[in-house]
Amino acid sequence: MINHLPILQVIVPLMAAPVAALVRKRGVAWFITVLATWASLAIAVLLLLDVRDGGTIRYALGGWAAPWGIEYRVDTVSAYVLVIVAGIGAIVTPYALLSVRREIGVKQAPLFYSALLLCLCGLLGITITGDVFNLFVFLEISSISAYALIAMGPDRRALHAAYKYLIMGSIGATFIVIGIGMMYMMTGTLNMADLARLLPSVGGRTVTVAFAFLAVGISLKLALFPLHQWLPDAYAYAPSTVTAFLASTATKVAFYVLLRVVFSVFGVVFAFETMSLHWALLPLAIVAVLFASLTAVYQGNVKRLLAYSSVAQIGYMILGVSLATVTGLTAGLLHLFNHAVIKGALFLAMGAVMYRVGSVRIEAMQGLAKRMPWTMAAFVAGGFSLIGVPLTVGFVSKWYLVLGAIENDMWLVAFFVLVGSLLAVAYIWKVAEAAYFKDYIGDLDVREAPLGLLVPMWALVVANFYFGVDANLTVGVARQAAELLLGVGP
Amino acid sequence: MRILGLYNYWIFIFLMMVGFYILISRRNLVKKILGLNIFQTSVFIFYISMGKITGGTPPILVEGSEEVIYSNPLPHVLILTAIVVGVSTTAVALALVVRIKEAYGTIEGDEISAMDNQIPF
Repeated sequence: MINHLPILQVIVPLMAAPVAALVRKRGVAWFITVLATWASLAIAVLLLLDVRDGGTIRYALGGWAAPWGIEYRVDTVSAYVLVIVAGIGAIVTPYALLSVRREIGVKQAPLFYSALLLCLCGLLGITITGDVFNLFVFLEISSISAYALIAMGPDRRALHAAYKYLIMGSIGATFIVIGIGMMYMMTGTLNMADLARLLPSVGGRTVTVAFAFLAVGISLKLALFPLHQWLPDAYAYAPSTVTAFLASTATKVAFYVLLRVVFSVFGVVFAFETMSLHWALLPLAIVAVLFASLTAVYQGNVKRLLAYSSVAQIGYMILGVSLATVTGLTAGLLHLFNHAVIKGALFLAMGAVMYRVGSVRIEAMQGLAKRMPWTMAAFVAGGFSLIGVPLTVGFVSKWYLVLGAIENDMWLVAFFVLVGSLLAVAYIWKVAEAAYFKDYIGDLDVREAPLGLLVPMWALVVANFYFGVDANLTVGVARQAAELLLGVGP
Repeated sequence: MRILGLYNYWIFIFLMMVGFYILISRRNLVKKILGLNIFQTSVFIFYISMGKITGGTPPILVEGSEEVIYSNPLPHVLILTAIVVGVSTTAVALALVVRIKEAYGTIEGDEISAMDNQIPF
């Protein structure tokens, strides 16, 4: 049993998905979903503990040895991302019960849970696999279920947003397949470790083109500026649960894919010395931070505002990668975890507002802090973390990012990180001001959100502060993962 | 001669660009899906022609002839998976278009965007 943990990580949500779709009762479907996500989290934590003790776990699917069969590989990097994805899944699904009851029809609810499980399965699969084509298949499993999930949003604009995401996402995925095909053409293998061994000796223009196709395709999935247009609409109109889940996992997993392809498959030397990837990523990351933060300030819909802020946060992560040092990469990986808990908490708070008020426009939140004190307090606490106030997780990752920039003598980059944080103050303040300093004008029967919504939300808020004060665990794992990716250290 | 000898890749690039152009230039949601399909099909051709070896036979093992040169079956199998993915993407996309038609009464991207921008949300 314990030897089969890598495959169970994917199989559990995959098998639970059709069961959730087949039972016609939404309560039962919800219960199955919660069980499956918590089982996934338990498996992910066991894998992380295993990896930290005993090094990389390799699992040959169906007993076929590595270069021929599909291999699942769990090292520190993938175990770290697995825990984040499964953890967010385990926190979001209990929240879903009430939120889904409000936003999604009785008939669609079991199908909704089924799609959510499939999406989780795809994201976990991407993270755990050691085979590039298998990665593409899981990418499409998670994307196609995400299109369906977004389309279930209460507003009709959710449909158009899902359609636009589908077109962009499919272009990205097709680019990735072209890149994989070219790599296969030159090496005759699809196994990541094997590719890493063979690619440097092949070289040539085909490999260069493959790298370009993969970089663009993954950047589309990642919503790296200027390929981010699909993201704000998709996050703004999706059901609250879906927004919280996707914002904290989908782009993070795409970021992980970028790390895998750049560092584990092509290698630092090829990516940063031959291809000068950092000169492509660094300007885009800085523009993403500044432009998306500035756009966020002018949004009237808070979910959309947070979505633009997500684009900016992706910029911070990419910034860490483009430094290509241990500190920079540690900052990127730290922000992957930290942004997942920050945005999870913020979007869950918005879900609670949607549940009670039925709108997430700033006008609808005037004076809401008097009516929903716990929800708005969670939003402000998450906002502090987003800004990077000390004692929150947001501070930890920005600290490492600034440190990494200064190590490379890039003072201007460090300056832009701080400008981005100031802009975050502006857009979080806009919401906080409306909620705390305006008079309440809405319906009189609006009350505090029920406990079923508050508990998952506050679990993430507490995580924001806990890992902000005691950062040893996250920084330790992130640094170990960064050293592994760069091929330095133990 | 070298350029002509690689004609399968020229077909791949031509189809890819045709599909991509339709995707970018058309506003009709169904036509966009057609463009996406052509775009994806070009990749199928790329994979399938990649496995072909001049003079190669189908990869079937016949007794007494182990020394036969055969085409690489793996890209063909891979692309079967990609075709399934493409079909399901198309199915989801068409289902979305049906729902969009019901909700908006049109499938022209411009008109839908105009309706989206009318109401602030």
